[in-house]
Amino acid sequence: MIGRRETPRRKESARPSRAGVLNRFSAWIQHHRLSAADSLVRVLDNPGSSLMTWLVIGIALALPVGLNVALDNVSQVSARWDSPAQISLFLQDGVSSDRAQELGADMAAQKDVAEARFISREEALEEFRSLSGFADVLANLQENPLPNVILVTPLPTLDETAVLLLRTELQDNPEVAEAVLDMEWLQRLNTLMELSRRIVLAVGGMLVIGVLLILGNTIRLAIESRRDEIVIVKLVGGSNGFVRRPFLYTGLWYGVGGGALAAILVSTALWFLEEPIGQLALLYESAFHLSGLGLMGALNLVILGGLLGLGGAWLAVARHLVHIEPQ
Amino acid sequence: MITFDRVSKRYKEGHDALREISIHIEREELVFLTGHSGAGKSTLLRLLMLMDRPTRGQVTVDGQNLAKIRPRAIPAHRRNIGVVFQNHQLLFDRTVFDNVALPLVIAGYDHRETGRRVRAALDKVGLLSREHAQPITLSGGEQQRVGIARAVVGKPKILLADEPTGNLDPALSAEIMNLFEAFNQVGVTVLIASHDLALISRLQHRIVTLRDGCLVSGGSQ
Repeated sequence: MIGRRETPRRKESARPSRAGVLNRFSAWIQHHRLSAADSLVRVLDNPGSSLMTWLVIGIALALPVGLNVALDNVSQVSARWDSPAQISLFLQDGVSSDRAQELGADMAAQKDVAEARFISREEALEEFRSLSGFADVLANLQENPLPNVILVTPLPTLDETAVLLLRTELQDNPEVAEAVLDMEWLQRLNTLMELSRRIVLAVGGMLVIGVLLILGNTIRLAIESRRDEIVIVKLVGGSNGFVRRPFLYTGLWYGVGGGALAAILVSTALWFLEEPIGQLALLYESAFHLSGLGLMGALNLVILGGLLGLGGAWLAVARHLVHIEPQ
Repeated sequence: MITFDRVSKRYKEGHDALREISIHIEREELVFLTGHSGAGKSTLLRLLMLMDRPTRGQVTVDGQNLAKIRPRAIPAHRRNIGVVFQNHQLLFDRTVFDNVALPLVIAGYDHRETGRRVRAALDKVGLLSREHAQPITLSGGEQQRVGIARAVVGKPKILLADEPTGNLDPALSAEIMNLFEAFNQVGVTVLIASHDLALISRLQHRIVTLRDGCLVSGGSQ
């Protein structure tokens, strides 16, 4: 008989589990390690369904992040156009070239002005003739139709309103026929950019909520499939924290994988666009270079994914785990 | 060690599972709990495990009034009681070793200590050679012995069993009961719910009989 093998033991054999803060802490750490490893193995054991979850999360995160990277690039381009907004001053017909030159020097001395370049009407005509291809037409003209022009470059430190104010001041000069500040399209671009940013933010917010719910649902299914196990663990004295831990780690792994996949997707898309954009920049004689996520950006994306994974798992665990009690 | 003091349990549907039950079980005693199905045996065990709370009366385990144990402290209470179930409640996706180790993993024992204790428990139930087996490959009696090993591996003071021989033939049932007696002899208080009167009356231990939620006999020594 099996029981006969039992040799009498001291009474201390029936002592309850040891306590002690240090022991508890190391037990806690050990269970974290175990849960992390065990849930990772479970995630990797089902590569098909795990990949689907990663893809869903990855795509949902890659969309807003990719759009945001695109916006960053556009604003980088527009910032380059933004700084030296130029004010073209078309002088009155009656102002002589000498007077115009003096006027240019005066303006260059103003505090808000970085540079003021005088272009005489003769120079302007010459330039127009050589560049426009209308040489024949211009040769037939009786007199030079172009006015004297002063190109005023405001200090780059000035903001939009200050530049507008400067334009009004210059316009008030009686010798100036018209002061043209071509900023309207820039304003439109900036407004458009702001609008796009908000749309990306809204779409991103919705997708983040979507990711949370998807993860929550995935974890809910994982909880359901392990219902018997949870009941048994609770019966033999597993705390709620103990039961919760593997599911939180499962969520974390799904989230981290999704975030990493999102970073890969965005980087791939940028790599795919890099060459045509480089060629386009070359055609515009621009030194523009597509800037990507960077290592920090990718890392942030992985961390964001991980946090979302934890959050979604927490949602599911808080809702479903407490209801599973031994009956 | 275990005291039920005029304990009643009425379920929400109005069914009285236990009526004014008073039982006292001494330290290191082995007591059988018997009665027809529905007599209240399982309810009694459920109250001890804090899977349920009594409607009236007081349950005391090892000097502690169970009514004072908050929900957060229930797991710690359960860790001090070993339980064996009729349907074994084993995890079929893990080896015998891992099943038996579960209470120790929960309690946070380190790897070596866990291995040592699990092997000792498996040795006691005669399954040391099957530690790497999957529970599904074991016979009913062997599965029940795995369940017993899991119940005793944490060296609890109290061992509860709910129809531990329910699905076993007489020879295997006697073997299982001998195991419980062996644990009782080393100082564990054992309470076994069983309706197998023929078997338990052969063993020389107190028998508590319930009928329709009422105590019929055996409430105290």
